[in-house]
Amino acid sequence: MEIIVYGIVNSVSLALMALGFTLVYGISRLPNFAHGAFYILAGYLAWVGIRSLNMGYIVSVLLTIFVVGILGMAMYRFFLIRVRGMPISEIIASYAMGLFILEALRWKGLKGMTFTLPVIYPGTIFLFDVPVDYQRLLVVAIGAGIVAGLWLFTKFTRLGLALRGIAQDEQAAMMLGIDSDAMATVATGLGSALAAVAAIVLLPLGNIVVEAGYQVLIFAVAVCIVGGLGSWAGAILASFIIGFAQILTVSYMQSHFQVVVALLAIILTLIAKPSGLFGRQKQLEERV
Amino acid sequence: MAEVQRRKERLDRGIKVRAESIYAVSSWEEAAYLLAPRIILVLGLLLAPLLVQSPYWKRVVTVVCVYGLLGLSFDFLAHFVGLVSLGGALATGVGGYASALANKALGLPVFLSIPLASLAGGVVCTVLLLPCLPLRGVYFAIVTLMYPLVLSRLVEAFNILGGTDGIPGVQGFGGPWAESYIIISALLLCLFGLRRLVNEDLGLILRGVKDNDQAVKASGISVTRYKAIAVFIASTLGCLAGAYLAHLYMWAGLSLFALDFSILPIAATVIGGGGTLVGAVVGSMILIPLSELLREFGTLRIAFYALVLMGFIVVRSEGLMVWAQRKYHQFERWVQI
Amino acid sequence: MNMDKPLLKVEGLSKTFGGLQAVQDVSMVLYQGEILGIIGPNGSGKTTLVNLITGFIKPDKGSVKFRGRDIAGWPPHKIADLGIVRTFQNMRPYYSLEAYRNLIVPLNSPRAKRMGMGRWGERDTVALDILEEIGFERDSFVPYKKASALPTGYLKRLELARCLALKPEVIIADELFSGLSASEIASLVPLIEKLQGGGITFIMVEHRLRELFSLANRVIALDFGTKICEGSPKEVMANPRVRQAYLGPGGSD
Ligand SMILES: Nc1ncnc2c1ncn2[C@@H]1O[C@H](COP(=O)(O)OP(=O)(O)OP(=O)(O)O)[C@@H](O)[C@H]1O
Ligand SMILES: [Mg+2]
Repeated sequence: MEIIVYGIVNSVSLALMALGFTLVYGISRLPNFAHGAFYILAGYLAWVGIRSLNMGYIVSVLLTIFVVGILGMAMYRFFLIRVRGMPISEIIASYAMGLFILEALRWKGLKGMTFTLPVIYPGTIFLFDVPVDYQRLLVVAIGAGIVAGLWLFTKFTRLGLALRGIAQDEQAAMMLGIDSDAMATVATGLGSALAAVAAIVLLPLGNIVVEAGYQVLIFAVAVCIVGGLGSWAGAILASFIIGFAQILTVSYMQSHFQVVVALLAIILTLIAKPSGLFGRQKQLEERV
Repeated sequence: MAEVQRRKERLDRGIKVRAESIYAVSSWEEAAYLLAPRIILVLGLLLAPLLVQSPYWKRVVTVVCVYGLLGLSFDFLAHFVGLVSLGGALATGVGGYASALANKALGLPVFLSIPLASLAGGVVCTVLLLPCLPLRGVYFAIVTLMYPLVLSRLVEAFNILGGTDGIPGVQGFGGPWAESYIIISALLLCLFGLRRLVNEDLGLILRGVKDNDQAVKASGISVTRYKAIAVFIASTLGCLAGAYLAHLYMWAGLSLFALDFSILPIAATVIGGGGTLVGAVVGSMILIPLSELLREFGTLRIAFYALVLMGFIVVRSEGLMVWAQRKYHQFERWVQI
Repeated sequence: MNMDKPLLKVEGLSKTFGGLQAVQDVSMVLYQGEILGIIGPNGSGKTTLVNLITGFIKPDKGSVKFRGRDIAGWPPHKIADLGIVRTFQNMRPYYSLEAYRNLIVPLNSPRAKRMGMGRWGERDTVALDILEEIGFERDSFVPYKKASALPTGYLKRLELARCLALKPEVIIADELFSGLSASEIASLVPLIEKLQGGGITFIMVEHRLRELFSLANRVIALDFGTKICEGSPKEVMANPRVRQAYLGPGGSD
C-alpha cells in the first residue's frame, strides 16, 4: 500500500517536472536543456519573494511563475532562435544557458545554508494507513489539474490549436499563416512557467539546491525519452513507470538509486526502442 | 540610386598552391610556409614549462594539455565522425580509475599504468557506448551526457572503488619536469597522429560516416563498426587524460567524472574552431589560463565557460583557428557583382 | 540475358508507413544480366521497393531471395556486401571529401578488398581509374574537386562510381537520369550498356521513359504500391492501366 501511494505521488512529481520539457519539445522540437535551471531559479525567486522581500506567498508565487515564463520566452527570442534547426547547437546552447544559471546561483550562495519554500498547508493525513502530508496530495492534485488544463487548452483555444498545428506539421502550419517562431517563443515561455509551477509545488518537500536542478533535468529527459520525445501520453505513462521503479528500488535499496534508475531507463529505452513508448519520429526521420 | 553590390572573394595564396605540390621540398620559402605554424606550436608547447617560473603556472601548463587532449577527443568525434559527445568525463573517469587500480592493485609503475589504463579504459568506454552507437544526433548527445553521471552515482551507491573517498595514494610522477613533458609529448603525438589519421583511409571512412552514413552502409561497410573504432580512439585519448590526472593529483575520485571534463573541452573546441583539431588545443590554451585567473570566483568559472560557449555558439563563430587558417592560406578582396 | 537464371526473386513484399500502404504484395524476378526497368508515377512506391530490397527499410511481409538465400530484413551493409548495390535518388555523396576520395570509402569495404580493388597505397589510382571510366576527365581538376562543388551530372556519375567500386553483381539505380540533360544521358547510356555487357545486372527506376525503354529488357509498372503490369517495354507502354496511372482516369486514349 505504501508503495502504491508513494509511487503515485512520486510519479506525479516526475510528470510535473517533465511536462514543461515535453511541451517545448513536442511543440517546437527544441530540447530545452535549461529546464532544470529554470526549475531551481523559480524556487530561488520564490524564496527571495517570500523570505527576503516579504511579498506574501500568493504574490511571490504568481510573480515567480510570470517572471520565469518571461525569461523562458526571452531565452528563445534572443538566444536559441539563432541556433534554431541545429539540434546539437540547440542542446549545447540551452545546456550552457542552464549551466550558467545554476552555477551563477551556486555562486550567489545557494549552498551551505539551506533554502526552503514553505508548504502551502502543513499537516498529514492517513490514506489507507499510510501517512501522507497535504503537500504531497497537493502535488497530485496540481499535477492532474495541469494535465487537464493543458489538454483543454490545446483542444479548445486558438493559441492551443495553433501550437498543436505547429507540433504536428510545421511546414503545413506555417503555410496556413501560423508563425512558427512566435509559437516556439510561447512554448518555451509556457514550458518554463510549468517548470516554475513544478518548483513551487515540489520544492517545499526538500531543499533548494543546485544539484536538484541537474537532477530535474535528468528526470525530465528520462521521462521524455522513455515516453517518446514530444509525446504527452507517453510522458505521463513513462512518469508512472519510472516513478514506481524508483520507489521500488528505493524501498529495497538506498536513495542513491533514484537517479540511477532514471538514467538506466533512458539507456535501456534508447537501446531497445529509441523512439520511446509512443514515439513516432523514427520512421519519418530515416527517410532514404 | 542603384546600390553597389559587393561580395568577398577568397583566393588561395600562390605560396599555398605551390607548397601543396612537389616543389615544396625544393624551396625553403615554401617549406617554411608549411612548417612555420607547426614549429611555432611545437616549440611553444615544449618551451612553455621552461618559460614559466612558478610551480603553479607549470601546473597550469599541464592542465592546458590535459584539456587539449580532451578537446581533441571531442573535436575528432564531433567533426570527423559526427558523434557529438557531451560526456567527455566518462573517459576521464574510467581512465583515471583504471590507472589508479593498475597502479595500486597491480603495482604497475606510472609508465605502464597510464598506457595500459588508456587502452583498457578505451575498451571499457567503447563497450559501454556500444548500445548507443546506432543513435543519432540528439539522442547520442543526451545519452553520453548521462553516462558520467550514472557511473559516479553507481560508485557512490555501491560504495565501490573507494566510494566518495576515492582511491588515494596513487603514485606521482616524481618531479615537475616529468609531469610537464609527459603530457606535452602525449598531446603533440595525439594531435599530429589524429591529423594524419583523418586523411588516411580509416579517417576518410569516418568522415564518410559523418557526411552520409546511408551511403557508407550502401558501400557495404558496417557503420556501427567504424563508429566503435572512432569511439575507441576518442575514448583512449580521454582515458589518457584521466589516467594522467589520477597520477598528477595522486588520487582518483569522483571528481574525475566532473562536469568540467565534459563542458570545458567543448567550449575550447568551439572557441578554437571545430574541425581543425589544433583549434581544440589552442582553445584550451586560452580558456584554462583565463579560468585560473578566475579561480577566486570558485564555481562561477563554469558559469563563465557557459557564457563564453553560449556567445560563440550564438554568433555562430567559426572559431579562432578556422579564421586563422583562412587568413594564412587565402587572401580576400571585395569584388563588385 | 539469361531467362533460366533468376538472380533475385522478390515475393509478396509489403510495407506500410502508418496507414499508408507504400508497397503492397509486390513479386518480381530479376534474371542474370538483364536490365529491368521499374516505372510508376510519383509516390507509387518505387523508392520504397528499392529500400526494401537493399535493406534500408525492413519489410513487413514477404521475402527477397538472392541466389536462393532469403535476405529480407538483413542490414543494408550485409546486402551490399553480397554485391547488390544501389544509388540514391537524392544523391548522397560525401560532400566534404574530394571526388576521388569519395571512392576511397567503398574501396575500403570488405567486399572491395575481397574483390581485389586495390591494396593500401593503390586505392587512389584505382579510384581515379573508376572515375575516368565513368566520365571524369582524368587530367583535369574535376576528380580533385570537393563533391560539394560538383554539378548534378557529376554527382549522379559519382553515385554510379560508388557502386562500381564494389564490383557489384546487381546495380539498383534509383532515378539515375532525372535532373540530367539529354546529352548527359546520351553519354551515360553506352556506359550502362558496357557494364551490362560486362555481366552486371541492372534494376533501373526511372521517370525518363523514352531513355529507359531503349535500354531495358523488361519493365515493371507500379501504382499505389502494387505491381500493375510487367513485360517488354512495348507491352508495358501499350497497357491501358499504365497509361491510366500516368495520365489519370480518362486519359487512356
Ligand atoms: N520513411 C517514410 N515514412 C513515411 N512515409 C514514407 C516514407 N518513405 C516513403 N513514404 C511514402 O510512401 C509513398 C511511396 O514513396 P516512394 O518514395 O517509394 O515513391 P516513389 O515511387 O519513389 O516516388 P518518386 O517518383 O517521387 O520518387 C509516398 O507516399 C511517400 O510519402
Ligand atoms: Mg523515388
